[in-house]
Amino acid sequence: MMQRLCWLALLWLPLTALAVVDGHKYPFDDAEKAERFRQLAEDLRCPKCQNQNLADSNAPVAVDLRDKVYELLQEDQSDEQIVDYLVARYGDFVRYNPPFRLDTLLLWIGPLLAMLFGIGLLVLIRRGQNAAPKPLTDAEKAQLEQLKKANRS
Amino acid sequence: MTRWLLFIPLAVTLAMGVLFWIGLGKEDKDALPSPLVGQPFPSFEAKALLSGEAISAASLPAKPMLVNVWATWCPTCKAEHAFLNQLAKQGITIVGINYKDDDAKAREWLKAYGDPYDFNISDPDGKLGLELGVYGAPETFLVDSQGTIRGKHIGDLNTRVWQKLQPQFEAMK
Amino acid sequence: MVPEFGQMALIVALVLAGLQTVIPLVGVQARREWLMAYARPLATGQAVFLMASLLALTYAFVVDDFSVAYVAANSNSQLPTPYKVSAVWGAHEGSLLLWVTMLGWWGLAVAWFSRSLPLDMVARVLSIMGMVSVGFILFTVQTSNPFERHLPTAPMDGADLNPLLQDFGLIVHPPTLYMGYVGLSVVFAFALAALMGGRLDAAWARWSRPWTTAAWIFLTMGIALGSWWAYYELGWGGWWFWDPVENASLMPWLVATALMHSLAVTEKRGLFKSWTVLLAIFAFSLSLLGTFLVRSGVLTSVHAFASDPERGVFILALLGICVCGSLLLYAIKAPTVASVGRYEWVSRESFLLMNNLVLLVSAFAILLGTLYPLVIDFMGLGKLSVGAAWFNTMFVPLSVLLALIIGMGSMSRWKSDGLSRLGNELRWAFLAALVLAVAAPFIANGEWNWQVVMGLGVAFWLVAATLVDLWKKSRGRLKRIPTLGMSYMGMIIAHLGVAVSIIGVTMVSNYSLETSVKIAPGESAVLGNYRFEFAEFGHIEGPNFTSDATRFNVWRDEKLMEVLTAEKRRYNVSGQVMTEAAIDVSLLRDVYISMGEPLADGAWGMRLQVKPYMRWVWLGAIFMCIGGGLAVMDKRYRARQTRKVALSNEAVA
Repeated sequence: MMQRLCWLALLWLPLTALAVVDGHKYPFDDAEKAERFRQLAEDLRCPKCQNQNLADSNAPVAVDLRDKVYELLQEDQSDEQIVDYLVARYGDFVRYNPPFRLDTLLLWIGPLLAMLFGIGLLVLIRRGQNAAPKPLTDAEKAQLEQLKKANRS
Repeated sequence: MTRWLLFIPLAVTLAMGVLFWIGLGKEDKDALPSPLVGQPFPSFEAKALLSGEAISAASLPAKPMLVNVWATWCPTCKAEHAFLNQLAKQGITIVGINYKDDDAKAREWLKAYGDPYDFNISDPDGKLGLELGVYGAPETFLVDSQGTIRGKHIGDLNTRVWQKLQPQFEAMK
Repeated sequence: MVPEFGQMALIVALVLAGLQTVIPLVGVQARREWLMAYARPLATGQAVFLMASLLALTYAFVVDDFSVAYVAANSNSQLPTPYKVSAVWGAHEGSLLLWVTMLGWWGLAVAWFSRSLPLDMVARVLSIMGMVSVGFILFTVQTSNPFERHLPTAPMDGADLNPLLQDFGLIVHPPTLYMGYVGLSVVFAFALAALMGGRLDAAWARWSRPWTTAAWIFLTMGIALGSWWAYYELGWGGWWFWDPVENASLMPWLVATALMHSLAVTEKRGLFKSWTVLLAIFAFSLSLLGTFLVRSGVLTSVHAFASDPERGVFILALLGICVCGSLLLYAIKAPTVASVGRYEWVSRESFLLMNNLVLLVSAFAILLGTLYPLVIDFMGLGKLSVGAAWFNTMFVPLSVLLALIIGMGSMSRWKSDGLSRLGNELRWAFLAALVLAVAAPFIANGEWNWQVVMGLGVAFWLVAATLVDLWKKSRGRLKRIPTLGMSYMGMIIAHLGVAVSIIGVTMVSNYSLETSVKIAPGESAVLGNYRFEFAEFGHIEGPNFTSDATRFNVWRDEKLMEVLTAEKRRYNVSGQVMTEAAIDVSLLRDVYISMGEPLADGAWGMRLQVKPYMRWVWLGAIFMCIGGGLAVMDKRYRARQTRKVALSNEAVA
């Protein structure tokens, strides 16, 4: 199976195994909690899988974590508490939405920096074009004349 | 435009190339570092596999030990079992966690392949495993005499791996 | 014998590619026309031998030659013949062979459709393509030879193709995507050739444009097909996962999109040359980077992968030579091609630059998100995951910004335009979009939320602005529309396609209904306006699988809409289990049923979904492809270029 998964990944295909998760195992009395459960299961990563969230994975550890999330939700824990609980045991790897910290600073502001850098470059380019075009050298002038002549004929 | 700007793409690419080069040569890409290293062994209430007594974190021996997560459904565990027997013979304390397994099958297994464990914690629904951040078997924790987790190895234990782990283990004494 | 012939053909192709690299280039240096003239026949020869090699491998699959290791690993005698053919590119070695064969085809296309190009340009372009060919054929032969034999003991039967890949999607998705990736090599070759020859001018841009658009069409189609395949085949209705493999295809697409637009400026106005060349290099580099990331195993972590370091090192070296070499050439040569034209802040040029900026920042964000976990890991700072939540946070605002720019940009004028003029022309479009967007959630009978209003708002804005532009340009007469030119029509349709996709994405992400139920035959489950009645359970015998099947009657307002049969297949050879979802497709919504686990008393866990406007996501991509197709067919690319534009337009502009 592992080797088969490798092959699959060697293709240009999204690598995600199949699962239809038995969501009927997780009844909720209120819709708001059910929605939070769905969101958490989507934003938490199955630690053993290639690239799958808890909602879509049937790996045993994913089932355990899902059950745990359900249990913690029933205990009225907040989303942060639940995420912290799992991170304390499995590390930051389990959260698809990385925390905003010193080591993720560049990740979070990188695109913004790129945007600012790009805007700066645009300004620079436009300023550059305001300089008057250099006069043609004699050789270029001659070439231009020749071209004009060729064009006319 | 200033000329040096034109070299930025090249510089960035070279930096990325170096990064990938390091990445290709890196071993153990698979290991997930455990945030539990440096933390005390989590408290738990469970039963011992063989005696059936209730045990807790206090039952852990007050000396450096390996805590080995295993199960009869895990083929790699079978592969490492002989090496665990060998370690036990060398006098190394090994505590087992029988992870998401059937107690009867586990006892059978120990009878058939030998028992390297001081004792085994029965964890049929993986509750302790979850507290320990276990995501598969086998996994092995290095725990010191104060009951603090000092290291973790994912995958089977063998001579090669032990060569790396042994100094760390010795240092805990 | 045939596999040996295939291998021979591959090696001959390698030799021809080598000659194709050297001879024309020597010809250019020595100014010998007869040497340059070798470029075309050599490219043709290379393509023919690569094709022969690919056919040989296909033949080995069709006749079940399990003495070939690759065939034994990826096929089985029970496999239906169409899948035997697609199994050729079902794994690494074969897909690499397909990759190089397509490179050969693109070379062939350049050789044939470049009659109007100066010979030295053709020689340089084909020589560079030959170089890329040499690298990749060598890679195939050295590290991933698909013709290797299992001798002396050949297995009796093959291990079978991964069931996930036994599907129509696999037949079409990889070849289309590869055509796109590889097609970018043509643009890359044109850019390098122009840099080497020092003639980065409007003519160069005109030559590059149809090739860029063609590659971009394939890329668009390939990505859309991949998304569609994942949607119906993976079994839970997801259509985009921000998986590294998908990201690897999205990055070159974004850059190629930017390139198409900047080429327009370079062709029309002789501006942004240096920038355009850089984009051409980036676009192909990113498709190579994708190859590297996916094939070397650096990106993969945690258990699932055994990477192959030898392949990784080889392809990294290839990538390094190709990308660093071209960027070095760029850094040295680019200053000689300064552009001199002028444009104001409010002008078509500026809007296109902003479009480029947003597209590039998007591509950069994806690159950052894909590589950041690697960097952190290599620096020993731990393991991180960057997933859908992060990518959506970054990507959604950028897409909104882009849509706003497209609306204004496509009707702005070259050189200089006025904000007040644009405001006058577009204010009604803006107002209409705003009103419609705020009202849309009520009309769609859904919950009001700002994401929907934002998403639909920019889509409506895009449609309205495009229609206003069409109205103005045709001066209100529909009859005039065909006279506006194929390129223009292509642009209109492609931009409408963007709007269609945005509508699809917005609707399906916000208004999808989903439930997981435990249901037994005879029972019903209700979801929205739909009632799902579990009619019966049975078994289906397939050619190489048997399946459990559940039949559902789908009712809407007590009217029977559709009878759907979802399956869970077990493949005979590998024993793998696959869920086959049952989908009722319509323009305004998909009904999606997939099977979970069997439960007690004949009940099943089922996942039921209603996904509004799902089709629009891919319909938009089809629009974009049609638009691209029209642009490629514009007659100005077919007109023979008799006059040589030597000094480029800038001297006159």
